[in-house]
Amino acid sequence: MTKNLRIAKSKFIDQTSRISFKFDGKTLYGLKGDTLASALLANNIHLVGRSFKYHRPRGIMTCGSEEPNAIVQIGNDPSITEPNTRATEIELYEGLEASSQNCWPSVNFDIGAINNFFSPLIPAAFYYKTFMWPARFWKIYEYFIRQSAGLGKSPTKPDKDIYDHRYLHCDVLVVGGGISGIIAAKTSAKNNLNTVLIDDKNNLGGTTLFQHNECFKINNSYSNEWLKKEIETLNSVENLTIKTRTTLAAYHSYNYLLAKENLTDHLDLNEKKGKIRQRLWKIRAKKVVIATGSMERPLIFNNNDRPGIILSSSIKKYIDYYGVKCGEKVSLFTNNDTVYETAISLTNSGVSVNSIIDIRDKTNSLIVKQAEKLGIKIHWKSTVVNTKGYKRINSIEIMKLSDDGTSVIEKKIKEECDCLGISGGWTPRVHLFTQSGGKLKFRDEDNVFLPDKTELDQISIGSCNGDFELYDVIKNSSKLVNKFLNINNNDYEKLEIISSKEMDKKNIWLLPSDKSLGRTKPFLDFQNDSTAKDVKLALREGFKSIEHVKRYTTTGMGTDQGKLSNMHALGIIAETAGVKMGELGTTTFRPPYTPLTFGAIVGRNVGEFFDITRKTPIHDWHVKNKAEFENVGQWKRAWYYPKNNETMYDSVQRESKAARNSAGILDASTLGKIDIQGTDASEFLNRVYTNAWSKLEIGKCRYGLMLNEDGMVYDDGVTTRLSENHYIMTTTTGGAANVLSKLEDYLQTEWPELDVYLTSVTDQYATVSICGPNSKKILSKLIPDLNLSDKEFPHMSFKNASINNIKCKVMRISFTGEHSYEINVQSSYGKSVWEKCFEAGKEFKITPYGTETMHLLRAEKGFIIAGQDTDGTMTPVDLQMDWIISKKKYDFIGKRSLYRSDTIREDRKQLVGLLTDDPNEILEEGAQIVAETSKKPIEMLGHVTSSYFSPNLNKSIALAVIKNGKNLKGQKMYVPMKNKTINVTITDTVFLDKENKRLNA
Amino acid sequence: MFLINCPYCGERDQSEFSAGGEAHIVRPKQPTELSDDQWAEFLFMRKNIKGVQLERWNHSHGCRKWFNMVRDTSNDKIHAVYKMGEKPPIK
Ligand SMILES: [Zn+2]
Repeated sequence: MTKNLRIAKSKFIDQTSRISFKFDGKTLYGLKGDTLASALLANNIHLVGRSFKYHRPRGIMTCGSEEPNAIVQIGNDPSITEPNTRATEIELYEGLEASSQNCWPSVNFDIGAINNFFSPLIPAAFYYKTFMWPARFWKIYEYFIRQSAGLGKSPTKPDKDIYDHRYLHCDVLVVGGGISGIIAAKTSAKNNLNTVLIDDKNNLGGTTLFQHNECFKINNSYSNEWLKKEIETLNSVENLTIKTRTTLAAYHSYNYLLAKENLTDHLDLNEKKGKIRQRLWKIRAKKVVIATGSMERPLIFNNNDRPGIILSSSIKKYIDYYGVKCGEKVSLFTNNDTVYETAISLTNSGVSVNSIIDIRDKTNSLIVKQAEKLGIKIHWKSTVVNTKGYKRINSIEIMKLSDDGTSVIEKKIKEECDCLGISGGWTPRVHLFTQSGGKLKFRDEDNVFLPDKTELDQISIGSCNGDFELYDVIKNSSKLVNKFLNINNNDYEKLEIISSKEMDKKNIWLLPSDKSLGRTKPFLDFQNDSTAKDVKLALREGFKSIEHVKRYTTTGMGTDQGKLSNMHALGIIAETAGVKMGELGTTTFRPPYTPLTFGAIVGRNVGEFFDITRKTPIHDWHVKNKAEFENVGQWKRAWYYPKNNETMYDSVQRESKAARNSAGILDASTLGKIDIQGTDASEFLNRVYTNAWSKLEIGKCRYGLMLNEDGMVYDDGVTTRLSENHYIMTTTTGGAANVLSKLEDYLQTEWPELDVYLTSVTDQYATVSICGPNSKKILSKLIPDLNLSDKEFPHMSFKNASINNIKCKVMRISFTGEHSYEINVQSSYGKSVWEKCFEAGKEFKITPYGTETMHLLRAEKGFIIAGQDTDGTMTPVDLQMDWIISKKKYDFIGKRSLYRSDTIREDRKQLVGLLTDDPNEILEEGAQIVAETSKKPIEMLGHVTSSYFSPNLNKSIALAVIKNGKNLKGQKMYVPMKNKTINVTITDTVFLDKENKRLNA
Repeated sequence: MFLINCPYCGERDQSEFSAGGEAHIVRPKQPTELSDDQWAEFLFMRKNIKGVQLERWNHSHGCRKWFNMVRDTSNDKIHAVYKMGEKPPIK
């Protein structure tokens, strides 16, 4: 079983540096420069996974990002393991541990493989059809499906690696470092354009890098030797940045592109530590050159999925680049000239080629003649009708094709082999082009979709633009680049090029077998295990749209997005439906081109950097005094201050009583504050608030309600007139930014004639609120020279003052219903003033309270919280705040909406108070309210918006919105809960001190 | 991701801007004179067409100025930007 299939010829692999790695627990060896796939193949390991549905053994099929089968799990630590990586893209490093996915208990013995024997019972959409009904069985199905469908294991712990984001701006971005990309990048940079060339491999050159063949020469050198020299000169080209191991993930409008650079994935385990693993480049390019090349297509025939069946160009890369033999008795199967290059490479490396099976009648291109000269046997006009070998191919069966290609004739020939190279032609990688919004056109002659129209400043060159032969690639790329960049460079057009030209083309999407289609397994999507049969069945069942067929059969829905066989699926659909392929359209290729790690997407925005945390200037004091914090938008607000292991409930009860009985202190710094100045400031406030502002005296404060144009309450707060043309507005904590934006919008767009200036000063002020019957005494200790009499400093008024020479603005306003002051100071003095207040309040047992107590205290007074008791569907009338709507004002934002037919309905939900019959029963916020419980269905009349146990009233209180609630005062209602029904009575919204005696106490 | 040419600051990344819906919908000067239907027309009705559309944008993480844009919603091409109060340069 273990064999060394390495030949010592490769220049790209360091034959002297042996690397040890583990695959499925077994220690193996590879060489520096290997991918995991090439190292496995060198160890004669083809079988790397099981297919999704039938659990058929699957082997490495390609050498690149389109690999459908060799999907492996990296790492042995379940907390940081990485699933769904492609063995063909993983550069081998010392200490690498990888394991097969989608097989249980092991890749060699897989229980799910039993599905393969039942496969006639598992047609297209088997999962949809079978597991749909009865629904109650879903739990069982899900368990079964999850057990047997190996989609890899997610890591269980946070990713320890570091990821990074950076911006990059350039004149020209060239995507793809093959021969055409190199031509474009060099031409561009030499013409003083700031150029960036990226390639997903570890070195530039694409496939020409190892194209050492008589039939491909440039200026009398082998194409690979010419290209090597060209690459060497790149280092000395100015204006050129080259990024290898960098995959273009997404191409958005306005030439905005995302590329992922791998920085440490190829390093040995002990060299990775402390370094940035991947960097996501956010690229804005003036012009983009797409030179992403093309992918070889497989062929669709019976049992075309066995380990050992590999794309022919991949076999060539494994032998020419990695020095690895994919087999020792290789057969090749084709519809085009590609495999002849592979056959010649294999023969020159001493691997015996059994024969080439070519579906074409006969062809005489340069390369075919060369293969014939080497004595390679060719079966013309033939096809492979079957393959054998369970875990590795061991033979194929060949038959002649009929003239029309729909059936097979004559005698079956059996050929033994350990590897079958297949080539069904080439598919241009147009994914990025279509991602960018480009439209494709179809070329009938070789069945390819090519870039056509685009709105962006970009071109596609080389084989992704349909030029598959060396001569065309060089000449056309050069011409296109010159035109695109508007320059004149003849360097490449003068080159003398020898290049074999393909002379005959023939394509059969689904190759016939001697067995009927129903008894064959011609796989289309190797990862999702859908066959040509499934697609035909979907069409018979009436699916017409390619997008529907795709989803129904899951063709192209795997992690590889069906890169390999999308064209065959389209071809078979077109053929069966009797339409032209170009008319059928193609499926949408969505970003990312290859899967991106979550790490690369989030970059440094993890942990505490995930979002901004705003802290008040007094925050440290709250921390020191063991506050629990609540997130309000981005703010951290002190929630409550538990003492001696108190529960939250107990803390809040204690804080609430203290605030009403003596004094409480609250950090209100997070309230939004907007400085409003200008000769039209009063007029502006008249237009944005529902009540009148013109007559507000200087030094007085007023509560305002702000609506949207639809009449719904948007925000509220107290605004103070500091001088004739100067106000300071407060908003809710969460609404601050939006209120400012809304006001700016009106000022700039609707009322540009108003002389008003708005400035956010939320962060410039710290606000300390002191409330309770002793607040006046405390303030008089702090500011002895300020007259605090009700006459001099009444409720809803403002004074400038200073505390120990710290200037402050003091407002006598109240959100708790208590006699209360808000002291605003420059932020940097916030903590100091807070501490002074606390010190002065000590003799009155001043108690710090948090947002929860604040909410409770205001609920006792029936004050609303915009956003808690309102939800964007409540008008001021719904809130029973008709008193705040000015009757005199001609207009304000939202006024007209207050008497639309919908807003004057009597049965709108209105804000009311609720008292539970059992005073100790606390309602749940959000609980539904009904009028009766017997007749079903029960109409939900409303819900609870705020609910607390009031320690000051010694009973449970709640606010709620109820249909027609205004007219239902005194009525009994029910709040049905899971285990019981709570009886409640509708009341007024003000529970405490209806006469406002406390405000002036 | 668009590249937007703010009339006050120049070309900036789309992430600095916020979109504000259809442009040139003027708030009625005398809302109280309007019928429910007329007010609803101003309040709710927006075109959202496929093709060239006039839109409001705000350079919210920049100069905070509102301006208008002529954008083709079918291909995201921005044909022009212009200041508030100006007439659309292209139709
Ligand atoms: Zn700007």
